[in-house]
Amino acid sequence: MEQLWSGFVEALRLIANRDSELWDVTARTILVSGFATLLAMVIGVPVGYVLARGRFQGRTVVLGVVNTGMGLPPVVVGLFVWLMLVRSGPFGGFELIYTKRAMVIAQFLIAGPMVVGFTSAAVQALPEELPDLLAVLGAGRLRTLWILCREAHLGLLSAIMAGFGAVVSEVGASMTVGGNLQQSTRVLTTAIVTETGRGNNDRAIALGIILLVMAFLVNLLLTAVQQRTVRARGG
Amino acid sequence: MTNRLSLLLIALAALLFPLLAACGGDDSPAATPTKAAGTTAASTEAPKPTATPEPTKIGGSMILATTTSTQDSGLLDVLMPMFQKQTGIDVKVIAVGTGAALQMGAKGDADAVLVHAPTSEKPFVDSGDLIEGKLVMHNDFILVGPSSDPAKIKGLKDLNAAMTAIAATGPFISRGDASGTNTAELALWKAANLDIKNVKGREETGQGMLATLNVADQKNAYTLSDRATYLANKKNLKLEILFEGPKALLNIYHVYVVNPAKHPGVKLAQARAFVSFMVAPETQKTIADFKKADYGQSLFIADAGKSEDSIGN
Repeated sequence: MEQLWSGFVEALRLIANRDSELWDVTARTILVSGFATLLAMVIGVPVGYVLARGRFQGRTVVLGVVNTGMGLPPVVVGLFVWLMLVRSGPFGGFELIYTKRAMVIAQFLIAGPMVVGFTSAAVQALPEELPDLLAVLGAGRLRTLWILCREAHLGLLSAIMAGFGAVVSEVGASMTVGGNLQQSTRVLTTAIVTETGRGNNDRAIALGIILLVMAFLVNLLLTAVQQRTVRARGG
Repeated sequence: MTNRLSLLLIALAALLFPLLAACGGDDSPAATPTKAAGTTAASTEAPKPTATPEPTKIGGSMILATTTSTQDSGLLDVLMPMFQKQTGIDVKVIAVGTGAALQMGAKGDADAVLVHAPTSEKPFVDSGDLIEGKLVMHNDFILVGPSSDPAKIKGLKDLNAAMTAIAATGPFISRGDASGTNTAELALWKAANLDIKNVKGREETGQGMLATLNVADQKNAYTLSDRATYLANKKNLKLEILFEGPKALLNIYHVYVVNPAKHPGVKLAQARAFVSFMVAPETQKTIADFKKADYGQSLFIADAGKSEDSIGN
């Protein structure tokens, strides 16, 4: 307990002193995970929508694969991306390994299936006649997508929060493809591993607390958005 | 109405591209242009570096594969800024287990390799994957264990006798991660003619030195540690040094260039600059003085230029 308390005190000290390493690492965490989640949304929401509304052969199998993807171990994704991006790998020529871009790729692959899965479920929960109703009213395809997303926003915001939560907290893939480089690819989770490995438990706990607080603030914001329209409708 | 929607999507796409660029910003290889200095001859394709070539600012970036214990000692945090200042080269230090570091060299995924497992290194030198190897420094391994010392190894003079005694009483915690330390541990059992299966209570953590020390500490067990990690964490551990000294416990570090003839992507100029740097007199002095004030003894003994046999005398 003493250790936890001194970790908490260290967290306050780091924030109060505007520790530059802490700031860099936190900003980098938000940048990498935020961007990966954004990409997952931009690609995942339309894909989830198509899967929900589409009627094609093998649809159930594809949905099954997506749902499996939601539980994919991040460390396995990291290993796979690493093998693809190292010099001896198929995409080695792009020199992406040990960069933030590589981390975004890995985190996108982790968050993507989650966004697709949640979106698909959220859209499937909508009244079946709704798209037809919109078509009758003269809405184009993009407009329909936009309206359906608004209708399904409870599920969609959960999708974003789930995706972001998964990637901001994962360490295996970030460590493997990013290399935990102090100036360029170290994020909060990999920094915690480093500090623990050096025996700096206070600093490690402090970083953990900061990670939790940061994740909480992001999710609080998203939850507020999610719940706001519920209240507006008197729901 | 669809116009507004399309506009929104275009705006989103426009937002993504600069973010992508910003994301990649500080990761692109150092844009430091090659300085056309008068003495560039020394830094380009010279077949063998001369005695102490002047470091020239060649810039660029490289990947150094090294071990977690080297990284955790903090030595590289001191040396890398020095190297960058002298040469302008941005080094990506990737600290993994020795086994993984050597594999990275064998596949050409790194430009230089700094490891400390001479027996494990040999096959890669023989196969021609690692070239231009240089001796850099050494420290030593120690046997640590509970102060109660059930195997009674403290005061023993013979290493094999100590290993045999530990095998009989146990428990012993191994790193089990193909690291330099793990390789040394396995060699010790072998030298004493002991099968690891017959070592009482031997467990493998598969993790780094500190994690392994913590396990041994909690379980009141023996383990083989490098002196640096033990000293750095002594304050949190109840384990004590129970056996030290013999040549068999030396932990010797070499640095290698990954062979560009076998692996075309290797950045030869940068890797060679790194090797030269590690054996340069100023660097060697920094290594010898590293944390000497904190521990009253050197964590690493600088060995560049010495013959391999003379180490530890």
